[in-house]
Amino acid sequence: MSNQLEPIKDPGLPAHVHRRADLDEKYAKRAETQVAILFLLSALGTVLLIVSYVFIPQDIFVFIPVMGEQNVHQLLLGLGMAIALFFIGAGLIHWAKNLMPDEEVIAQRHEFRSNDEDRAEFVKTVKAGASTAGLGRRPLIKRTMGLALGLSGITPILLLRDLGPLPGDELTKTSWKTGTYLVTDPGDRRIKASDLEVGAVAQVLPELAEGKDHHSLNDIAKDALLLIRLRPEEFNLDAERLSWTHEGIIAFSKICSHMGCAVALYEQTTKHLLCPCHQSTFDVTRAAKVIFGPAARPLPQLAITVDEEGYLIAQAPFNEPVGPSFWERSS
Amino acid sequence: MTARERVAGNVAGFVDDRTGAAKYLKKSLSKVFPDHWSFLLGEICLYSFIILLASGTFLTFWFDPSMREVVYDGAYVPLQGVEMSAAYASALDISFEVRGGLLMRQIHHWAALIFMVGIVVHLLRVYFTGAFRKPREFNWVIGVGLLTLGIVEGFLGYSLPDDLLSGTGIRIAEAIIQALPVVGSYLSYFAFGGAFPGIAFIPRIYTVHVLLLPGIFLALITVHLMLVWYQKHTQFPGPGRTEKNVVGYPLMPVYMAKAGGFFFIVFGVTAFLGAVASINPIWLYGPYTPGQISAGSQPDWYMGWLDGLVRMAPPLESYIFGYTISWNILIPGLILPGIMFTLLALYPFIESWATGDKREHHLLDRPRNAPNRTALGAMALTFTLVSLINGGNDIIATTFDLTINQMMWFARIGVIVLPPIAFVVTKRICLSLQRADRELVLHGRETGRLVRLPHGEFVEVHEPISAEKAWTLTSHEQLAPLELPEFDQAGVRRPAAIRNKIRNRISRAHAVAVPKATETERKELEGHH
Amino acid sequence: MDMNKERNTVKRLSRLRRHRAAGPVLLVFALFTIGTTFQVASAVNTTTQTTADRSAAIEEGRQLFLKGCSSCHGINAEGGVVAPSLIGVGAASVDFQVGTGRMPMADMSQQAMRKTPVYTPAQVNALALYVASLAPGPEIPGDELLNYERDGSIAEGGELFRTNCAMCHNFAAQGGALTKGKYAPTLMGVQPVHIYEAMITGPQAMPVFSDKTITPEEKASIIAWIKSVEAEPQLGGAALGRVGPVTEGLLAWTLGIGLLIGAAVWLAMKAR
Repeated sequence: MSNQLEPIKDPGLPAHVHRRADLDEKYAKRAETQVAILFLLSALGTVLLIVSYVFIPQDIFVFIPVMGEQNVHQLLLGLGMAIALFFIGAGLIHWAKNLMPDEEVIAQRHEFRSNDEDRAEFVKTVKAGASTAGLGRRPLIKRTMGLALGLSGITPILLLRDLGPLPGDELTKTSWKTGTYLVTDPGDRRIKASDLEVGAVAQVLPELAEGKDHHSLNDIAKDALLLIRLRPEEFNLDAERLSWTHEGIIAFSKICSHMGCAVALYEQTTKHLLCPCHQSTFDVTRAAKVIFGPAARPLPQLAITVDEEGYLIAQAPFNEPVGPSFWERSS
Repeated sequence: MTARERVAGNVAGFVDDRTGAAKYLKKSLSKVFPDHWSFLLGEICLYSFIILLASGTFLTFWFDPSMREVVYDGAYVPLQGVEMSAAYASALDISFEVRGGLLMRQIHHWAALIFMVGIVVHLLRVYFTGAFRKPREFNWVIGVGLLTLGIVEGFLGYSLPDDLLSGTGIRIAEAIIQALPVVGSYLSYFAFGGAFPGIAFIPRIYTVHVLLLPGIFLALITVHLMLVWYQKHTQFPGPGRTEKNVVGYPLMPVYMAKAGGFFFIVFGVTAFLGAVASINPIWLYGPYTPGQISAGSQPDWYMGWLDGLVRMAPPLESYIFGYTISWNILIPGLILPGIMFTLLALYPFIESWATGDKREHHLLDRPRNAPNRTALGAMALTFTLVSLINGGNDIIATTFDLTINQMMWFARIGVIVLPPIAFVVTKRICLSLQRADRELVLHGRETGRLVRLPHGEFVEVHEPISAEKAWTLTSHEQLAPLELPEFDQAGVRRPAAIRNKIRNRISRAHAVAVPKATETERKELEGHH
Repeated sequence: MDMNKERNTVKRLSRLRRHRAAGPVLLVFALFTIGTTFQVASAVNTTTQTTADRSAAIEEGRQLFLKGCSSCHGINAEGGVVAPSLIGVGAASVDFQVGTGRMPMADMSQQAMRKTPVYTPAQVNALALYVASLAPGPEIPGDELLNYERDGSIAEGGELFRTNCAMCHNFAAQGGALTKGKYAPTLMGVQPVHIYEAMITGPQAMPVFSDKTITPEEKASIIAWIKSVEAEPQLGGAALGRVGPVTEGLLAWTLGIGLLIGAAVWLAMKAR
């Protein structure tokens, strides 16, 4: 359709409009002064930077509206640097815009494609090279070379093997054993059932084994526990899970079954546990069933009871792996 | 000839005698660069990268990438006596014991955020103007690679100080690795040198963060720039600008001064942010331990959309023959981003396949003149934006009195419903704008001046637009859709018919346009007036 | 030598609370704290006055209760459809809820907000005594428990806070979102006595933190840490709400790229 119609024509590059600075030396002079001022400002910035580095102590604070109480040393050091750098740039650009030639020039493009002769010649050279090397005629060489190259690719993979041990069954195990005492985190004090009021929570770790003086992060990453006390009648659990609680105290792994963040936002009113990372929400009264968010599994529950003195202990180890899912997990 | 000129000449001669550089440099110095603000977006990335190298090097002088446990005894009182990793302690020391250390840490982090913002804005400019078309597909692919690597590099940097927030990020990364079918737990044990968090991870990612990835970056950026140099920059349509030329300023001296000046501007702005705005106040987060967490634990923004996707994923896991597949992690964490980045990288090839346009393009499209592409871009942007918003849903919820549950449902539904809406709306807007362009060329600019005609009618006076403007608005070409055979001569569907049918469909969608104004129509209208 | 000296200077930097060069805000804060302590002290003193005064106060509290609270909580504080029973919640609960202005509630929203208290401290105390007289419950923590500057360790408090509180109240005690529109409020500007009461009574969605799992000294440490964060000046520039990467990303996308694009537009603009 449009080929019958006459298109609007390209009027060509418009005539160059001269700047005031090109026509009038007064304006050029003014631009020169402006550029100089910008560069001088930059120099002042560096002076400010030096002064704050050398002379301003780091313990002086000043109140600045919107920003609050600010550290003068840090602020002036940064502002000095910002001014020093920014105004070099501003000066250069102002100079380029006002005093350097501003007439647009036209350059021609060339086609990237090589011409047909060159292409043909290239193909010929490659072919000739390949045939003089005998790539086609000597399949044995080709194949063995392929084999050698392919095999050598295994080297880096093999050498990286010792990056770490094999997981074995480590992912399924925690430090919780039958009879392990529950202790406060931090503080490492044993906890009696009576220590917790209804509505109370406690962050819990297993008691340290003899000879260890602190919890390693690797252990915490699997052992961390959240202890919550409800009224026993508030539970909505089957008989087995109910037997894992003690007088309304229920213990869950604090490591999210989704991606391993610490799930510890317990709402006393709703009895919900929320994970702050991805907002999976678990219902404590129903054995941490997932009621919202991306987690697919409840938090593992630890069976607890008390020893003869009334201190809380683990009835048994976790009956499932804690933390995020992995391939070998069976459910 | 002054003495100084003689010295300069001697030095230049000395170098040229040994390298023959003069021949090449002579040409290069008069290389022409078109001037447009949006052509500087890529430079923002380049300069941020240089700032990152410089400030990062500064930080390495004091940073101790070790997970060995130490007891902090530095200047920051609220953490004195606290057990932490040497990495975290040294990051605190940089902040409080090294003068200017905190400033440099903040400049480094702000530069990283701006680097990623720059990449995305630059990518959007290239996409919406069609600058990725032949012959620049390679550069597009390299750019997508840089974006991907930037996300990884940024995440590693966020992880290095070993504060509570970065440890939480690592924990989530570990969960993603662990969720990989078959090899997950093995890969996790290899990456962490055993169980999470172990003591190997931070030293390892440190090497990747300061050596391996910056090296790859440097190589890719070099190729990226060399290709820009060699292929010459694209330019916007306008009078005198054609597919065969490039109109702009020569490198020496104008562009050199401008580009060099812009480097200082970018550095200055980054330093300004580092001076006035706190970023990643690690001393408040405390050291990482897996039993602790802060409300509102988020990644940096360029990972925020991934986190948002993970948040909104449905709680799906399969248990097959005693093995677990975590769809709730794999789909949002790996599969969807994998598909998105692959499509993004292949887009130039997909578009040219669908439109059948295999020619070189050096003149940019105005986004409205490629409605289908623009609408697709708006669709992808909407998807990412909804995900990003969901990544900060808790902060947004508390700020605007919403609930995280509402936000999550908005995102879950919005991420599916809103992108198609964005597509349709954007396409319509583009076509309307084309219509407006057509009106403008044919009828001129509305002056807002009302004139009463002799017979009493009021009309608004239209002022014809300049020849330059008219050309700019009509210089784009409007391709006819493909018409590939869907049947052979015998009337039978060929094996390739379905593919052809798809191509015809897409190219028809792509060719939808308001016919642009022509000189003929203009003249006809003039006759009427 | 020099390094050491410098290090000491830096150490003093963070011990601002005791430093003479600390800004006027610190002074105001100190005065505020002293005032608060006095206020609480006087409140506590009243509770230990003679039995006669005590029963008079209980009676005053009962009257206030009947007027201001009973419509929701019931004539005998037995609770109603919209409000829980107050029998056994203790004086601490009342002092927290009413003393922070959360009660009486302005509207029946998800959660009671902190606002200017409706009752005077004496009235709050009377109410607390009345409710405490119904059944025993947690008492208002006395002066000896609130001397956090003497009994608390800031660093230890930080660890306790991060393990027990940060998940809801955020790493810098700025508050955070809970489910269905509930939220953990910011702890900035909260009086120590109210922080203490919240821990032992578990108001609204917040759970209880028993004295056995978090000892009174540990509670003092937590308060000490919160107060230290509150008084901590912005060490690295404007704090952006201390909520983490969300606001940082927002600033990069607005001010950061905005300034740079502005500069780019200026650069590409033709000079006149």
